[in-house]
Formats: sequence, C-alpha cells, structure tokens
Amino acid sequence: MDGGPGGTRFDEHRDVRVDLVCRSPAKQRGNSSPEFSCMNVITGKAWVFGDEINTDVMAPGLYFKSSMEEMARHCLEAVDPGFAASVAPGDIVVAGHNFGVGSAREQAALAFRHLKVGAILAESFGRIFYRNALNFGVPALFFPQSADIDPGDVLAVDPVTGSIENRNSGQRYTVDGIPEHLMQIIQAGGLMPWLKHRLATEGAP
Amino acid sequence: MGQTLIQKIIARASGKATVQPGEIVTCQVDLAMLLDSGGPRRIWPRLKELGVGVWDPDKIVVISDHFVPAVDAESAAILQLTREFVDEFGIQQFFDMEGIGHVILAEHGMLQPGMFVCGGDSHSTNGGAFGCYMAGFGAIEMTGVVVTGEIWLQVPETIRVNWNGKFQAGIVAKDVMLTLCRELGMDNAFKVVEYGGDTVRRMSMQERMVLTNMAAELGAETGSIEPDETTLAAIRSGGTEPAADALDWNSDPDAAYTETHEFKADVLAPQVAAPHSPANSAAVEEFGSVAVDQAYIGACVGAKLSDLHMVAEILDGRQVARGTRLLVAPASKQIMAKAAADGTLATITAAGAIMLSTGCGACAALGAGILADKEVCISSTNRNFKGRMGANSASIYLASPYTVAASAVAGQIADPREMLV
Repeated sequence: MDGGPGGTRFDEHRDVRVDLVCRSPAKQRGNSSPEFSCMNVITGKAWVFGDEINTDVMAPGLYFKSSMEEMARHCLEAVDPGFAASVAPGDIVVAGHNFGVGSAREQAALAFRHLKVGAILAESFGRIFYRNALNFGVPALFFPQSADIDPGDVLAVDPVTGSIENRNSGQRYTVDGIPEHLMQIIQAGGLMPWLKHRLATEGAP
Repeated sequence: MGQTLIQKIIARASGKATVQPGEIVTCQVDLAMLLDSGGPRRIWPRLKELGVGVWDPDKIVVISDHFVPAVDAESAAILQLTREFVDEFGIQQFFDMEGIGHVILAEHGMLQPGMFVCGGDSHSTNGGAFGCYMAGFGAIEMTGVVVTGEIWLQVPETIRVNWNGKFQAGIVAKDVMLTLCRELGMDNAFKVVEYGGDTVRRMSMQERMVLTNMAAELGAETGSIEPDETTLAAIRSGGTEPAADALDWNSDPDAAYTETHEFKADVLAPQVAAPHSPANSAAVEEFGSVAVDQAYIGACVGAKLSDLHMVAEILDGRQVARGTRLLVAPASKQIMAKAAADGTLATITAAGAIMLSTGCGACAALGAGILADKEVCISSTNRNFKGRMGANSASIYLASPYTVAASAVAGQIADPREMLV
C-alpha cells in the first residue's frame, strides 16, 4: 500500500503517526505541490457504510471492560461482521451522514486507530466522535459525495488540502481540509503530544 | 444583532463581549464532571504520562454510576481506581454509587445559569435545563480539561424549538423528544437546541431535563432552556442559593436562530421509537400487537421521581402481565428514598415489578437487565441502537414511563391513555 500508514506506530500514549504529519506549519506553507500538502497522502481501500452509524456499534457496551484490542475486534460487527478482521492498515472508511452519533465513549474513535484506519470520510459526523477522532490523530473529513464511492475503490486522501482521488473511477474531489486550529493538535500528533508540548513550553498550569 | 443564551455563556467563558457562530474560542471551564466510565480510569494514566496533576480539584466532580454496583472483578477494580483517584488529587465532590451523574448534579444544586460545564458523557446536555452551557466530551478531551481548565469550541448555531399548549393526560416530555428526533433528525451536530414556549415553561425541572438530556439524540452540542423561577426553586432545593444574576442569563429578543420550529402540545399522542433509532418514532396507536419480554424504567432520562410517579399511576391496582418482566432502576439513592417514603415503591412492587439498584445499568448493557437474543424490550431510556442493551438481535423500543408501564401491564406495546381514564 503505497504512501499509506502501514509502518506507523499507533500506541495510544506515544506520538502517533509522526511520519504522516508536518512537524511545522512553515514546512506546510513551503510545500511546492499545489494540490497535496506535505502531510502524506493516505491511500487505501474504501469500506463503505450507510447513515447514522453509531458509537454503540463501533464500541459495543458488552465489551466495555475488555482491552482496547478486544473492543476493536468487535468494531462495527453489528453492521458488517467481517470489517474488523479484514480491514487493512491505511484503509479508508467512507460513510453517510452522522457517522459516530451517540455516546462520548472514546473507544469508538480509538477502535479505528487500533485497526489502523487511514482516514474517515463521512457526509457528516457525530460531534463528540469527530472531536475524539481528531484528538487521536485519525483524520476525519466531511465528504458530501460518499454515495459515489463503491466498496473496495482505492482512494487517495490528503487531510490538509481536502483533496480526494478515487483511483478506480478517476474522479477527483476537493472538500474542506481539517481546520487550522485543529491542525496544531494533529501536527503535534494528537492531543497528548500537543499537551506535552504545551506543558514543556508553558509549564504546568 | 442579539445573542442567544449559549452565545452569552461562551462569550463570558472566553473573555469576550460577544461571539458569533463559527468563531473558534478557548473557554475557561467552571466545572468538569468525570464519570467512572470514561473518567479516572482513562484519564489517570494520561496524567501520569504527562507528569501533572489536575488544574483545580474544587472544579472537578467525580461520580461512579456506570459500573455500579460492581458485578465482577473488572467493574470492582474500576470503582476502586476511581476512589483512589479522588483521594490522590484531593477531589472533595465525589459521589460513589449515589446515583447517575446527570441527576446528581441537579440534586445537589451544582448547576447555575451562566456556568460553563464540561462532562465526560454524551448526555451531559442534561445540565442545559439549568440555563448553563453543559456538553459532553470524550475522555481524551476531558484529560485536556482537567490539566488546563480550558477547552476550545467552535461557537455553535442555535435552533429554537417552541412548544405551546397543554398536553393531554399521559403525555410528557419524553413524547416531545421522540417527536423531535423524528422531525428534526439526529444530525444536528455543532448546533444548540434551545427550548421555549408555554408548554416548556409549565414543565417541572425533572421534565425539562428530559428535553435537554435528549438533545444528545438530536445530535446537538447541547440543549438549553432559559432560567426562570422553576429553575431557581430547583437550585434552592439542591441546597444552593442561586446567583444574584441568575435570571439575567437569557437569549436576547433579537437573537439570531438558524432555524425556529413551532409545535402544538394539545394534539400530541404518546410516542414510541422502534428499533434501532430514537428517530424511528410514531404514535403508539400505529404499533400493532408487539409482545414485550422486558419493560425497563431506568437511566438518567427515565427514572427520576416524576418518572416513578408516572409508573405508579399506571400500576396502581394492576399487575405486570405474565410473561413480561418490569425492571425499575431509580436514577439516584435520593429518588429511591423519596419513592419509598411516599408509597411509590409499594405500588410498583405490589404490581410485580423488580427493583434494581441505582445506576446506568442495562441502558448501556453494563448492569442488570441485559437482553438475550431476539428479545423485545420497551424502555424509558434514551437510546435504542442495535446491541445497546445486550444482544445485537434484540429489539429495543423507547417510550415514556407511562407507556412503558402500560406496556408492562398489557404484555405488549400499549397506549397509557386507556389506563388513565
């Protein structure tokens, strides 16, 4: 899988996806490509889901006391029993509206990181899920044309510029990239590394 | 242009005179609520990794309500860790198995109009009934809150929903919310739903909390209700004197709403949401004979004292149907004690109901009352997602406490109005 995050570390309490992100905004501005930023383009196979996929099917309450690895094995099993076992690192989840509606349980977003999902494209997101995903460094983009994507299509996604290419159909899309204020956190590698950076530079509050 | 109540609170918390929807701001947090589910057990390891403590132990409240009482070694360990956390960081506001967090904050007068509150649970929207900003965040963001006392927000737009008129007997706030889930949909993320109209003004705080609690099911950032004398009386009954400026926290007459919706309470029928979404709702008479294995009264939204009173009103002189079980898990110890003192529990148990301990319980498939394969449950809770209460093949219907109790008596989904005449 070229350009994908296959070799990336996903440990929860370490800097995540460091090889995926720009380390400084200056470097990003200096990028010569008009379309793709220096954040690596994520390339992977599409897993397509419908509308209103909720947090309870991403992280079922029955496995709440289990390890994160065990919970991730049951991610989305109520709607696609084969997903967790078959999804490959860097694959891209494509969904309809209100993806991640429901609970504040962060295991819903963490499950996708444990499964090494490269990015999530949805027509819209549940608010807490969206914030959790970005805080864990899982790029989440609003993508109104989800219905164009067929399961198994190979997609190339740039989370910063919002450039998306369907390599099967040849269709290209531009959506809103991840907002600038969130890029600070994502460029740090997620909220934990960002907090570490902040505590190191500003001291403990 | 005027400001909505929530805009005013966000402006105050971010040190600005006014804010506009879409603006990114950093807010100072007045109170952070951590629950045993996504609280200490997920936050403490991160504090250790960061090598820091909490920003202000007096602005943190910790409540154990999800894994209570312990049913196995894992839940016992989670509760133990939660106790160790409050000891370690000197957190005085700790409620261990006293009740469900959203209800505890209300019972103890901890919410005031104008406050900016973050909760580590999606139904934190519940607190909006007190005229404060209270929204849910994941444990990773609550880590940031307890370390820095701050959180970033994109100022949300506000949807105004007005209900006017009087309900028929047997119609309550839950029927309003199941209607709104259908009519407004569940995709209102990054928006606030502000409730008004004379129907809402007449509601008790317990009923108003149903409206703001289930703003979460609308997908909203939070729900809000402008404070009035009912709000102040509820704060006083929690043992706190309301702030002098409490009633000044209101939306301006010329506040900008992104949408305004008008509904009539007089014509509302009892509502039932069919599997697997709260938005999949219809009037109770549209459901044919749906046999019920389990009727459940529980959770933050559906087991307050007023909810138990509704159940008792139906069950008085009646029996739960053979082949159906009615489980009742009051939302707090205080509610349990009041219901015991005023005879409500006697009526409920005489009808054959099973009393469960206080806590989130079966609503989140954590406590007693989990569903088996293909079972059918009607529940006073707020979510009926697939697998929410146990088996993926189980069917969960949502309804008001009146309708749940009536269905328990009939052994199938039933219209409570026929038992209230």
